[in-house]
Amino acid sequence: MAKVQFIKAADVKPWLAELAKEHRVFAPSYDGEALLFRPFDPAREIVLDRAATMPPKKTVFPQSEQLVDFTYSKDPEDLSRIKIDARETLPSGSTVVFGSRPCDVRGFTMFDRVYLTEKTTDIYYKARRDNTLFITLACASIENTCFCNWVDSDPCDSTGSDVLAIPVSGGYLLETVTDRGGKLLSSKLLVDGESKKEEAEKFCEEVAGALGAARDLSQAPEKLLAVFDNMEFWDEVSAKCLSCGACTYLCPSCYCFNITDETIGMKGKRLRSWDNCMSAQFTMEASGHNPRPTKAHRLKNRVGHKFSYYPAIHGGVTSCCGCGRCIKSCPAGIDIREIVLKAIDFKPAAVEE
Amino acid sequence: MTKNIYLPEMATIQEVIRETHNIMTFRVTLNNPEAMKNFSFKPGQVGQVSSFGTGEATFVINSPPTRMDYLQFSVMRAGEVTGKLHTLKAGDQIGVRAPLGNSFPYEDMKGKDIVFIGGGIGMAPLRTLLLFMLDNRADYGKITLLYGARSPVDMAYSYELPDWLGRDDLDTHLTIDAPYEGWQHRVGLIPNVLLDIAPSPENSVAVTCGPPIMIKFTLQALEKLGFKDEQIITTLEKRMKCGVGICGRCNIGTSYVCMDGPVFTRAQLRQLPNEL
Repeated sequence: MAKVQFIKAADVKPWLAELAKEHRVFAPSYDGEALLFRPFDPAREIVLDRAATMPPKKTVFPQSEQLVDFTYSKDPEDLSRIKIDARETLPSGSTVVFGSRPCDVRGFTMFDRVYLTEKTTDIYYKARRDNTLFITLACASIENTCFCNWVDSDPCDSTGSDVLAIPVSGGYLLETVTDRGGKLLSSKLLVDGESKKEEAEKFCEEVAGALGAARDLSQAPEKLLAVFDNMEFWDEVSAKCLSCGACTYLCPSCYCFNITDETIGMKGKRLRSWDNCMSAQFTMEASGHNPRPTKAHRLKNRVGHKFSYYPAIHGGVTSCCGCGRCIKSCPAGIDIREIVLKAIDFKPAAVEE
Repeated sequence: MTKNIYLPEMATIQEVIRETHNIMTFRVTLNNPEAMKNFSFKPGQVGQVSSFGTGEATFVINSPPTRMDYLQFSVMRAGEVTGKLHTLKAGDQIGVRAPLGNSFPYEDMKGKDIVFIGGGIGMAPLRTLLLFMLDNRADYGKITLLYGARSPVDMAYSYELPDWLGRDDLDTHLTIDAPYEGWQHRVGLIPNVLLDIAPSPENSVAVTCGPPIMIKFTLQALEKLGFKDEQIITTLEKRMKCGVGICGRCNIGTSYVCMDGPVFTRAQLRQLPNEL
């Protein structure tokens, strides 16, 4: 364990105020009934006793962002000739996210394997990813929708974070995870945390124990492919689905997007926006043909992508961080864990006549 | 400086050819002379063509890499972007992100007899490979082309057909679905005509592209003629956005059509989950 420091609970806001002088700072606070990562405002209460309704996905991957800016200009000699200038619009500035959870931040590591590869770099994603730091808070309370331990994580997992904050008596122990995270820990409000280390270790042990036994998902990739053509299976597990897409928008590891153009007068922009694989439009072709024509096909792809295709491409890593938001927020009560387990346990011989 | 994969190269339409009532061909050059000079691609690769303000759609570059005066895209009017592209004329500006995707295995096909079977707009991806092979004629064996459309007026590249028919190093067969006044070639559905021509599978590769129903029966016909799955090549289409395997909509299981395709052998297709 690298250098550890301690911050009193009452000093968190003053510390964030210091950080906000140099960075855009986001912390969880209520917006109506939704607990969201919002720009730091000393007047707002920061809520750390539960996981946020939405993960801080938009800090690195905005719900809608501009990729290209373009302008039309007419040739004065021939008004039917329109010249188009297109320019890239890259984000700038640095961001600190305080109070993200281990599952939230692990979601970005699922992005990284797709957005930052040897062959292809998404420079918009990279610009934000490189300049966004996460001070992640270990989870003190486990909900019955939490299953991070099924996907190789735990409530004190620091993967992808820059600083890990662990609740201890009177405040938080702050562990440096990355060098750039260490630079956030120079405030005079912080004191040496060595004496709290043992308490923090005990905290992590206890909270990991509270998760219950993890289910083994190692067979999921193969078993999900085995039921690929069994549409009875998929019709049944998707029967309740309303195709609302809440699961995708709330998911820290859902990274699909759409690209659309908008114009006003002689100006326009090309936007990238979160897309939703549960929508029929997602794969609808101009001819009218749709390779995923029903919600059963679409749910199959969502579950298959996370628990079968992605792990097959990326060295066995499941593209699910176990945060449970898709379960908690599904208006129809669909539980992705049940679908995966059902596929794993599925016996072809059990098909009813 | 890392390349921006989403920023198109600006390009100018040099020529527009109206092929049929719903297909137009655009010959374009990149505005940046350096980019045009350095542009290289392989037959079968695709590009994202932008009409700024409407959006992007994916088309095969159907001119061959051996003829680089312009890049050619043939566009069948189907949706918003293609509808907009059909209003453009020579001199208009578009965006091009290319080349994307894999290509025909033209190296592995050297020394073999080639059978092209194209239906309708499906001739576009075949055209790039056909012309590439004609420009490297000595590398390939007998080349047979079977090209069909609903009627003579639905046949794209009609202005090239006399040359293709006249060449003695290319065995061209044209067919239409139903009799048509003045038509001097075959009448009949592509799979039936294929069985009639009966190309030998010996040391051969068949490359086919066209509407799904034609592909389905053409594959059956090829099988009947003795073509093995490894000897049959086709191209797939999906709705695409990014074109580089990120945006997440064109996958069939673990394969991304934009990146791992659009060219697949029938043997490769059999390995994929059934979600065409």
